[in-house]
Amino acid sequence: MSAVDAAALTAWVREFARLVHEQRDALTQLDAAIGDADHGANLDRGMTAAVAALEAQPADDPAAVLKTVATTLIKTVGGASGPLYGTFFLRAAGALDGDDGRALAAAVRAGYDGVVARGKAERGDKTMLDALGPATDALDEALAAGKPLGEALGAAAQAAAAGRDATEPLVARKGRASYLGERSAGHVDPGAASTTLLVEAAATALAGRG
Amino acid sequence: MPVGLVVVSHSRALADAAVELARGMLPGREQTITVAAGDVDGGLGTDATAIADAVTAADGGDGVVVLMDLGSAVLSAETALELLDDDVRERVVLSPAPLVEGLVGAAVTAAAGADRDRVAAEALRGLAPKQAHLSG
Repeated sequence: MSAVDAAALTAWVREFARLVHEQRDALTQLDAAIGDADHGANLDRGMTAAVAALEAQPADDPAAVLKTVATTLIKTVGGASGPLYGTFFLRAAGALDGDDGRALAAAVRAGYDGVVARGKAERGDKTMLDALGPATDALDEALAAGKPLGEALGAAAQAAAAGRDATEPLVARKGRASYLGERSAGHVDPGAASTTLLVEAAATALAGRG
Repeated sequence: MPVGLVVVSHSRALADAAVELARGMLPGREQTITVAAGDVDGGLGTDATAIADAVTAADGGDGVVVLMDLGSAVLSAETALELLDDDVRERVVLSPAPLVEGLVGAAVTAAAGADRDRVAAEALRGLAPKQAHLSG
């Protein structure tokens, strides 16, 4: 079993960038319904820049891969998703200690805690946490049950997608969508949608690792 | 060294104008005010790395007070704290004051040599004159 090393994490980042680019217009349409119609374009710009930064200066150290993604997203995304995704990768980089599935799960948990602290949101507020929270829990539970990393990430991706879909009837309580009040109900949250892509990308790119 | 001030805004024009307004209150006096505003392409947005740089530039060792506009400016300013060295971070206060009124109050107080907490308190009181005037 090959490790969750710098190459593996780079593959995760590349797959996330690919999915964001592919779903760019769909993400922007979700954001047009309840936000300012820039989420797909912003995240696509940020992840394209992150992939370019990793190509320009490939990192040997797994934590350095996540740190590069963090600083690139912070610089290039603009809007709230820059500091939120940036904090996820920054805290994950700081917590990553090892190159197996458990180390990855601990890093993801630290990233999740960072997003909670930064955004001051709770699950059910119709934010990215509604996908990231269930995914983080599912990853930990599956690994604790002895499942291999690929399978655990598959479970995490399913949990993220279910959490994303469950944001549709919710009324937004954070961010720009919260200005809409009741009118924000009936639309899937764009942050939860892009976060689901992040977890799905991990399931695809890291299957067979750890 | 007087306390350093940092202005964080989505808009470079908004930040520069706020600084110009504040400097108008400080004729002939030195006061460090740095700006982190706009995205990398000059559009609307905030960038935590730019904020961290602006804080470092404003830090003379006696503290920094950061004024910001709204929304992601606040998230980016908090994220910037994570990017700073521990000793610098301990000297920084993120002010919940309104940007324009807070900046003017902070600038006048800082230029007079007050310490960081006094400057931050004065920023927070920035709305008081307007509130008093309009409630009369």
